[in-house]
Amino acid sequence: MKILVCISNVPDTTSKINFTDGDTKFDTNGVQFVINPNDEFGLTRAMWFKEKQGATVHIATVGGPSVEPTMRKALAIGADEAFRINAEPTDGFYVAQQLAEVVKNGGYDLVIGGRESIDYNGGMVPGILASLTNMNFINSCINLEIDGNNVTAVREIDGGKEKLSSALPLVVGGQKGLVEESDLRIPNMRGIMMARKKSLSVVEPVDGLKATEDKKFDKPAPKGQVKLADSVDQLVDLLHNEAKVI
Amino acid sequence: MSVLVYTESEKGKFKKNAFEAASYASAVAKMMDTTVTAIAFNSTDNESLGEYGVSKVMNVADDSLTTFNAGAYAASIAEAVKSTDAKVVILSSSTDTKYLAPLLSAKLSAGYAPNVVQAPDSTSPFTVKRTAFSNKGFAHTQIDTDIKIVGVSNNAFGAHENKVDVSVEDISGTADSATNDTKSVEIDKVVGKATIADADIVVSAGRGMKGPENWGMIEELADVLGAATACSKPVSDLGWRPHGEHVGQTGKPVASNLYIAIGISGAIQHLAGVSASKTKVVINNDPEAPFFKAADYGIVGDAFEVVPQLIEKLKDFKAQNG
Repeated sequence: MKILVCISNVPDTTSKINFTDGDTKFDTNGVQFVINPNDEFGLTRAMWFKEKQGATVHIATVGGPSVEPTMRKALAIGADEAFRINAEPTDGFYVAQQLAEVVKNGGYDLVIGGRESIDYNGGMVPGILASLTNMNFINSCINLEIDGNNVTAVREIDGGKEKLSSALPLVVGGQKGLVEESDLRIPNMRGIMMARKKSLSVVEPVDGLKATEDKKFDKPAPKGQVKLADSVDQLVDLLHNEAKVI
Repeated sequence: MSVLVYTESEKGKFKKNAFEAASYASAVAKMMDTTVTAIAFNSTDNESLGEYGVSKVMNVADDSLTTFNAGAYAASIAEAVKSTDAKVVILSSSTDTKYLAPLLSAKLSAGYAPNVVQAPDSTSPFTVKRTAFSNKGFAHTQIDTDIKIVGVSNNAFGAHENKVDVSVEDISGTADSATNDTKSVEIDKVVGKATIADADIVVSAGRGMKGPENWGMIEELADVLGAATACSKPVSDLGWRPHGEHVGQTGKPVASNLYIAIGISGAIQHLAGVSASKTKVVINNDPEAPFFKAADYGIVGDAFEVVPQLIEKLKDFKAQNG
C-alpha cells in the first residue's frame, strides 16, 4: 500500500495571532510552525500502516522553502520520502489541485490529510483532492482500518458517529481519533539523523484555479471585564435578566 | 438566477441551521435583487422555509437518500445549482455539510468560504467575513469564481423571519456519477439529547472535576438546562470522556448562546474553540485561571460546592419560569 500524507505547515496552537501589512497578512514574527495537528494524527496512523502492514509513506506540502523544517520533522517521525510543491498555499482549491498532481503521478492507494488546517480553517483540501483524482472520500475520520482493498472507517457526526464501508483508492480527512494523543511521536535523534538523508524533492506548481483570496484580516474585539458573582443566586439572576440566556 | 440554499433536515424535519442558512440566503438574495430557492432531502415541512424568505423548495423525494451520503447529496445539489442557474450557494456548518461542501466545490469549480459569520461585505466583488486561525481572527475572503459557495457558521447570523409565498416541488435525486463509493454501515447517535453543534447551551468541564466518576453533577446540570455536555482536551485525552465531547481548537467548535466552563483553566487552544459562544460563564476555584479573562460571568469557588447549588437554584428557577 502506498500512502501520501498531506501536511500543512501551521502556527503552533499556543501562538498569538497578529496581522501585518495593513492587516492583509498573517504576522509570522516570533511564531513557531508545526505540523498541522489534524495532519499529525493522520501521519501517525500512516506510520501504523507502515509498521503493521508494510505500507510506504510519502508526504507532500504546498509551500515555500520555509516549510521544510516541518517536513523534515515528518520525515524524522518516519515518513519515507517528501515532495514540496513550490507555491504559496493561499487558496484551498489551488492547494488541492497541486496535491492532485502529486497523487496522479505517484499512484497512491490512500491519501490522508487533516479535516482542516488550524490556521485558515478551510476544510476543503481533502474533499476537492478526492474529486479531482476520482478517489473515494471520508471526512472527519476517527477510525480507519484497511484490509486489502476494503476500508472500514468511522467518521464523527453531530451528536455521534457513523461507521462506513468504502474501498481504496481513498482520501481521508483525518482528526484526533485516527490515533490517540498519546500515540503521537516525538522524533528521536536517530530519526532526525535519518531524516536528513531522506529525499525531499521540490516540484514546481502546475497552473491552477485560485478560487478565493483573503483580502483583509481582523482580530476579535477585546473582551470586557468578567463580572464575578458572589453567589449562584446572583449568577442565575445575571444570566436571566442581563444576558437573557436562560 | 437565484440564490440556492441547502436546508438540512433530520427525519423529515428541518434543523435549526436550515433556518439560519435560509435567512442568510434571503439576505444575500436581497443584496443581489433576486429570490431564494432551497434544496432539501426527504423533508416533510417544506412550507416552513417560506417563513425565512425561501420562495421555492426543491425537495428531493428519494428513499435511497434517507441516510446522508456526501457524494450523492453533492451531486443532487450541483444539479439544482445548474437547473436554477444559481450563482451563490449557501450551506450550513454541520459536520455532514462540511463533508459534502468540498465535493460540491470541485464539481462546480466554485470557490468555497466556510465559517462565515455575517452577511457579505459586498456581492460584487463577492466578499464575506469568516473566522480563521481557529477563532483567533477573522478573514475577509473574496470569492473569485463564477459560482460562489458560502458556509454559514452556526448561531452567528441567526434565523430571521421574513415570510414570503413558497412553492414546493418534489424532484428526483441524481446518481453520483463521480462515484464517492462509501456506504453507511451503522449510525451511533444519542437521541433525545442536545448536541454540541445544535445546543443553545453547552455545559463543559475540565480536569478540575478530578475524575470521571464526578461527572454526574455535570450531566445533571446539563439536563436541567437542556444543554449538551462537553469537555476540555486533557479530559478526553485521559479517557474520562469520549472524544466527541472534546471542544477547542483541535476538537469541536462551540457557538452556543451560553457556554458554562467548570474546572477548566482556559488554555489558549480551548478559548479559541469556544470563543464564538455568545455568553461565557466560568466556575473555577483559581481566581487566576486564564478563562476569567475571556469570560462574561464567573464564580470563584469549588465546583463541588457551586455546581450542586446551581442545580438546585436552576430547578427552582425553571419551576417558577416554566
